[in-house]
Amino acid sequence: MLTLEHFLTVGALLFCLGLVIALSKRNAIGVLMGIELMLNSVNLTLIAFSRFSDGPAEIAGHAFVAFIITVAAAEAAVALALAVAVYRSRQTVEVDQLDLLKL
Amino acid sequence: MEGAGVNIAFYVLSILTLVAAGGVMVSRNLLHAVLFLIVAFIGVAGFFVLLSAEFIAMAQIVIYVGAIAVLILFAIVLTPRSVRDNSETAMVGPAILLGVALATVFLFVIHDTGWMTGAGDPGLSASDLGRALLSTWVLPFEIASVLLTAALVGAIMLVRSEAEESEDVPDADA
Repeated sequence: MLTLEHFLTVGALLFCLGLVIALSKRNAIGVLMGIELMLNSVNLTLIAFSRFSDGPAEIAGHAFVAFIITVAAAEAAVALALAVAVYRSRQTVEVDQLDLLKL
Repeated sequence: MEGAGVNIAFYVLSILTLVAAGGVMVSRNLLHAVLFLIVAFIGVAGFFVLLSAEFIAMAQIVIYVGAIAVLILFAIVLTPRSVRDNSETAMVGPAILLGVALATVFLFVIHDTGWMTGAGDPGLSASDLGRALLSTWVLPFEIASVLLTAALVGAIMLVRSEAEESEDVPDADA
């Protein structure tokens, strides 16, 4: 029998994997992939809460996820445009070489 | 949620999603990492189907697999010198440590909390969601559409090349 805990566990593990990817990757596009995984795991958690609850919380979970997907799409478009723009001026998208603001 | 089929589907999807997410972490080629990421997205879409959120599952496939993954692939081929490398920075040790610590905390919280789950009516259709988005959530809905427009215009402005920008300047001789 599947309970809420099962889905929350998968969501938590997926979130932590995404966090490690976002924090450790050298390529800015790799960092973005980690962020997308984290957003996805949050969506999974919200849908799981919505499925296992009654009343207005149920539709709210779905609405939240719809908005998160929208914002994630906008964020991905801007982030990848930034990566391409940075690549044009610096010929790299490796985050440890982009240290122009470092003292 | 009962039944052997649901259980099997859950465990298969869990393994698929988590292994694919791990593949994003370990694969050395960024293109392989994107393919693993697509598999992870499809696994999460399967979870949405399992949780009776068909519309969200469809949106997940269309937006994440269809749009974001293609966008990431385009960004990779537009930054050719970095395409092969998907290695980690020197911060990989602390990052893994933080991830494991956070996972431990999460798992303890999930396990020890007495979740007050309701009956969970699975009959939430796409039309219910549409009605809610245009009544209760109409202001966030409109703001989201403005945000999408602004993000699209911003993305186009960011990636325009200098030659295209100079073409837009009105010619003084004409």
